[in-house]
Amino acid sequence: MRSAHRPFTRRGLLTGTLGSAALLTAGGTLTGCGTPAAQQTEEGCVSEDLSGTEKTLAFSNWPQYMDVDEDDESKRPSLDGFVSRTGIQVTYTEDINDNNEFFGKVQNQLAACQSTGRDIMVLTDWMAARMIRLGWIQKLDRSKLPNVEANLLPSLRNRPFDAENQFAVPWQSGLAGLAYNGRVTGEIRTVDELLTRPDLKGKVTALSEMRDTMGLLLMSNGHDPADFTAAQFDDALNKLKRAVDSGQIRRFTGNDYAPDLARGDIAACVGWSGDIIQLGFEDERIRFVAPDSGVLLWSDNMLVPNQASHKANAEELINYYYDPAVAAQLAAYVNYICPVQGAQAEMEKIDPELAANPLIFPDETMLARSRVFMALDEQQEREYESKFQQVIGA
Amino acid sequence: MSPRSEAGRPASPPAARSGRYRLLPYLLLLPGAAWLFLFFVVPLVQLAAASLYDPTGSLSTGYALTWAFGNYPTALQAYWPQFGRSFLYAGIALVLALLMGYPLAYAIAQKAGRWKNLLLVCVIAPMFTSFLVRTLAWKTILSDNGALVGLLRDVHLLGPDGRLLATPVAVVLGLTYNFLPFLVLPLYASLERLDRRLLEASSDLYASPLTTFRRVTLPLSMPGLIAGTLLFFIPATGDYINAELLGTPNEYMIGNVIDSAFLVRLDYPQGATLSFLLMSAILAVVFGYLRRTGTEEIL
Repeated sequence: MRSAHRPFTRRGLLTGTLGSAALLTAGGTLTGCGTPAAQQTEEGCVSEDLSGTEKTLAFSNWPQYMDVDEDDESKRPSLDGFVSRTGIQVTYTEDINDNNEFFGKVQNQLAACQSTGRDIMVLTDWMAARMIRLGWIQKLDRSKLPNVEANLLPSLRNRPFDAENQFAVPWQSGLAGLAYNGRVTGEIRTVDELLTRPDLKGKVTALSEMRDTMGLLLMSNGHDPADFTAAQFDDALNKLKRAVDSGQIRRFTGNDYAPDLARGDIAACVGWSGDIIQLGFEDERIRFVAPDSGVLLWSDNMLVPNQASHKANAEELINYYYDPAVAAQLAAYVNYICPVQGAQAEMEKIDPELAANPLIFPDETMLARSRVFMALDEQQEREYESKFQQVIGA
Repeated sequence: MSPRSEAGRPASPPAARSGRYRLLPYLLLLPGAAWLFLFFVVPLVQLAAASLYDPTGSLSTGYALTWAFGNYPTALQAYWPQFGRSFLYAGIALVLALLMGYPLAYAIAQKAGRWKNLLLVCVIAPMFTSFLVRTLAWKTILSDNGALVGLLRDVHLLGPDGRLLATPVAVVLGLTYNFLPFLVLPLYASLERLDRRLLEASSDLYASPLTTFRRVTLPLSMPGLIAGTLLFFIPATGDYINAELLGTPNEYMIGNVIDSAFLVRLDYPQGATLSFLLMSAILAVVFGYLRRTGTEEIL
């Protein structure tokens, strides 16, 4: 053994490393103090519009939310129509799979007023509401959106989170209601049946999307999801909790309830109209039910984030998709509720059966029964979301 | 030893040489250490800081570091059932995996002969597909109208309305399946090196097969066994995909809560607090385990 220097051992190294890590941790904690506010203001975060010189547009959307050519999946007829009509080159990316996940992806840039590299992104009402509240979304120039002005469904105007229609324009809309598989169970008419009928025990799922599930429950109690009190919310939540505790509700789901419902593992659920229509094409005994107490109307909205440098190009695209002929072309492929008035008449030419489907072109009774969930401030959002998450187990 | 080992080498000033030798291992460690520092220590420090943020802060107003140690008892009080469940499910899954994995690793290492490589590939092959896809496949296997549940109902192991999916059984099965290779591979590596002559010697000395296993095979496979159990238990405890897909809210583990704190509720202090609690709990369990098994080789 050479006694001149200490042997280099694993244990010595580990002790040393752990020791220095502990010191660094302590030191680092002292210096790192909190995170800055993510709130932006119109004056504080000004975006420059380069649309005059750059004929490009970056568009982020959800998968399968755009019509594709039947023979060539890489072609998107309605989008190609936009390119040839305006000469604006569109980079179309399907990179939104989940509102929360996408929020995580862009929050650092938007909180620091940096570019996300996107000119249009499509997000669901409540996430749009959150981003608008945080000041992350650019105001649209309504004079450049004459088609929207003329054709947007009245039920989707002046929504609680965007009272003056300045920030968000619906891409597609949908209903949250009930669904059942007729092979496994008889018809279901009301939310109360779903939550209490003994033959459905353990064969029911509800959505982990708080606004959809709680909206339906609030309405089943005779309250208005667009305007409710904390006590009414608690009341509805207790009703849900009883169904969870009794084992009636098996699980809370995102989109993944669809295969379970098709297989018959679940007999009935709270679900989205678009999914159920698609299941219905394959199996006509899977049905969507709009309970008499009411359904929830939600939309995925086109938003132009801060520091998006092609706002005028984006407005041209938004306006283009509110042309009824274009909207019908899109609706024929995606099967959600088309937010564009006049598209129904255009759809008659493409597919009369789809034109008559009230889950794509809702009729007056359906629209009268549908409500949009109220806009929550940050405090409320956290309070309600936490209470709801407690009940659904996370 | 020392005069002999130095004898053949050309003479050089001893001080300079020992200095160079002393620094060399650290220099070689530098890339790894830098990596660890950037991608492990720095995020860890941030997480530690986040767990002490003012819990009344929010995304739009920002968070201030107020050394809010109260976050810890609050989080523990609210979510101790999920904590307990994580350790319980991972523990049961570990026992099941050991019962299946040890014989499997032993068979592959000692008995498989020319089938050895094929069997190893069979253990590893499922890892080529995504974790998520494999778990979703289990949803189909355990489905209420599937063959397995049908069979169990026919033999009256399950009642006519019984089910596997959305029960604790499904979650534990999913955990066992998904992490089994992490247990089997290190076990295989140490069992493969097992010298068969030792087993023969043991039986020559009148040890029964059971005693041979207990006194020779098991102690020799200890490093692999310990590495395997750790590689299995640690990720299984923190897992949330199995509980999410195969379970119900009543089976949710602590990983589900952390996921929802960070992504859904945007309660960053609580998410960070729970992550730290989970980390410390796992560390405590692991250190306790290593102390008892007393293997210096692992550390």
